[in-house]
Amino acid sequence: MKPQTEAELAQMVAGLNEPVHIQGGGTRGVAGPEITIETSGLSGITLYEPGALTLVAQAGTPVAEIEAALDAEGQQLAFEPIDHRGLLGKSGTPTIGGVVAANISGPRRIQAGACRDFLLGVRYVDGMGQIVKNGGRVMKNVTGYDLVKLMAGSWGTLGVLTEVSLKVLPKPEASATLSVQAPDAAAGVQALSAALKSPYEVSGAAYDPDAGQALLRLEGFEASVTYRSDQLKSALSDYGDVAEITGSADIWTGLRDVSAFHNQNGDVWRISVKPTDGPDIAARVNADRLLFDWGGGLIWALVPEGTDLRARLGVFEGHASIVRAQADTVERLGRFHPEDTGIAALTNGIRQRFDPRGVFSPGLMG
Amino acid sequence: MEMPTPNPDVLRRKAVVLQRLLQVLPEDAVIHDPSETRVYECDALTAYKCPPMLAVLPSTTQEVSDVLRICNEEGVPVVPRGSGTSLAGGALPTADCVILGVARMNDVLETDYDNRYIRVQTGRTNLSVTGAVEEDDFFYAPDPSSQLACAIAGNIAMNSGGAHCLKYGVTTNNLLGVKMVLMDGSVVEIGGAHLDSSGLDLLGVICGSEGQLGVVTEATLRILRKPEGARPVLMGFDDNEVAGQCVSDIIKSGILPVAIEFMDTLCIKACENFAHAGYPDCTALLIVEVEGSEAEIDYQLSKIIEIAKRHNPVELRESQSAEESAKIWLGRKSAFGAMGQLNDYMCLDGTIPVSSLPEVLRRIGELSQDYGLPVGNVFHAGDGNMHPLILFDANKPGDLEKCEAFGADILKLCVDVGGCLTGEHGVGIEKRDLMSHQYKPADLEAQMAIKDVFDPNWLLNPAKVFPLDASAARRDAQIAAE
Repeated sequence: MKPQTEAELAQMVAGLNEPVHIQGGGTRGVAGPEITIETSGLSGITLYEPGALTLVAQAGTPVAEIEAALDAEGQQLAFEPIDHRGLLGKSGTPTIGGVVAANISGPRRIQAGACRDFLLGVRYVDGMGQIVKNGGRVMKNVTGYDLVKLMAGSWGTLGVLTEVSLKVLPKPEASATLSVQAPDAAAGVQALSAALKSPYEVSGAAYDPDAGQALLRLEGFEASVTYRSDQLKSALSDYGDVAEITGSADIWTGLRDVSAFHNQNGDVWRISVKPTDGPDIAARVNADRLLFDWGGGLIWALVPEGTDLRARLGVFEGHASIVRAQADTVERLGRFHPEDTGIAALTNGIRQRFDPRGVFSPGLMG
Repeated sequence: MEMPTPNPDVLRRKAVVLQRLLQVLPEDAVIHDPSETRVYECDALTAYKCPPMLAVLPSTTQEVSDVLRICNEEGVPVVPRGSGTSLAGGALPTADCVILGVARMNDVLETDYDNRYIRVQTGRTNLSVTGAVEEDDFFYAPDPSSQLACAIAGNIAMNSGGAHCLKYGVTTNNLLGVKMVLMDGSVVEIGGAHLDSSGLDLLGVICGSEGQLGVVTEATLRILRKPEGARPVLMGFDDNEVAGQCVSDIIKSGILPVAIEFMDTLCIKACENFAHAGYPDCTALLIVEVEGSEAEIDYQLSKIIEIAKRHNPVELRESQSAEESAKIWLGRKSAFGAMGQLNDYMCLDGTIPVSSLPEVLRRIGELSQDYGLPVGNVFHAGDGNMHPLILFDANKPGDLEKCEAFGADILKLCVDVGGCLTGEHGVGIEKRDLMSHQYKPADLEAQMAIKDVFDPNWLLNPAKVFPLDASAARRDAQIAAE
């Protein structure tokens, strides 16, 4: 099913008598019921005010179209949404609705915030076919409950997004990347923490165990980047050999899209932890490959197919989700981290009220 | 402002409820004498007052849990209270309620610089969170004007902002986790030192829920390293529209100041008379602040000044010293006090798209003429968060009603140009009945459905946020069930 308007979509949902799977570009690797509602018919930027740092778009708008419009005004989606196609072997067109539904944020998340932090407003169709609006298009808005955040990262289980409004930011004039040689993850994360504790506004902090390198990104006006990069170089000299990497933009796209894991066999997991816990927790995984982002707080792990990674982790503070695995593994282990009883009662209650008939990918999130 | 009739059954059982509360709290934590409960009769929206039936001051999460469980069992409404600085009446009691104040819970539980967070009890004041880490050059970014007094609990309830949120975001962008007690007494922990949620983002819903979903007793907050320095530039214009255009041009240039503050004639004059900040005599005044090292500040300010010059400012003053910076901010930060010297005032909080600024200011001016009440405007221009201050005389019969009607018109105007009723103060009782201007019934139903899940009996801060008629069925169902 491919509605062309919000009203048509609402009618469609109201008339459903079996579960559906909501799909933007279908690039995020989430499977669901056979019947699909595609949002690509709801497409187009409806409002863009560069001077107000705001953009409103229909949910099916391709991310590329939005990025091109922003680029023309020297602005960007600061949360750096991941392009999952390489990692998941997909070829669709990523949509902004998909980005929001999955709350997808890249390396700049540690400094600028997550997708949900940039989401100002939503319109969606709930499980009864009602059109609901929450938030708006202004940056500060505490009018009523914040369902905007709730919809971000709800993976289409609470409603079908039809329109999203986003805060955008100026694109930095310049960027620099420093590498610090660090023999192991513990040393790497120490260097990342030191950089993130500094006043030099680090906008990317990753550790690549294969290269034994901690990577740090600085962005802003040319002169400012040069200054901060010099300061940070000397501040980090105690942690290992520091060097500046030229032509560094590709490095961060690669880190964002986890390109090190592309075309590699195995399951991909994503683990979110307290940054300094990262090295110890990663060690428990016994992964084929690892990559640390978010100052050590985001661990990408490549493990043999079917591995129960959560069993290897045991009890820890944080959460682990499947990003790529065979359907039977997802079925057996669950894509998302199991919730505590108290939390599960609340999320189930919300799901029941937003989608009482259980038509939106039931069971996907719990 | 209409509030629901107190439940006579609850009032009749005051002694029973008091007895039960005394079983779980120390005697000095339960306030029942009418002369003492009066302390809690209002918050910073002082036009409305009502002493609560009882007030409690728990010291631990366990005590909060006991209080809520008992009140839930007894069907007693609970109004949570941080420091009582809400401008929206968020902590206004009803005669049949128990005020639950978190002021005694103000410890720092954990500070972790390597992971850049602090964990505190939520009775702690906003400024003292920064106070706990500033020796080590860190700070907590959200900075509401009431930060000396306001509690983190209230900041979370209202999703408070401040002058510097253009760069650092508001409370929800700086809140990593909470420990929260639900109305049935159960305790949940959401989030923590790690980022984002695997499941639904409950933390995002709790922040800004105005104390209607639970009582947050502990919070994990993001702390940031202080920038090397910060410096403001002050600019004056003869025309609001030009000043608005200047704001937009600065933002479009790629610079992201930490703050862009706007004041109009009435506010400029009031602040100048009050604080002697050396403000120029002009129509519109902007304070733009940037951060970084000395060289970075110089660079950014030079670009900003270059843009400002294109708009023919009548005054352009770059701060040359820490004293000058303090002086420039002093006027702005004393705006509310300064306006209070002129008369009683009502402070609004609507947000508008920045592009609508000139139109909205013009319409507010016209409305001011119509109502015959002066209004001053001071606000966070970078993010469109207006703070019109309507002057009125509380002792003059009819003036408050006139002021409220004027205020409602301004807020409707904010919504009509694409903005919202409240940017950082919250809905409380003040804007409760205007909610239907911004939201359709289905939009409000979706929000109220969340409360149904967290507080099925609608006992937590029940008569707030939603228009009374919209929430009536739910609140009445609770009363009928007793």
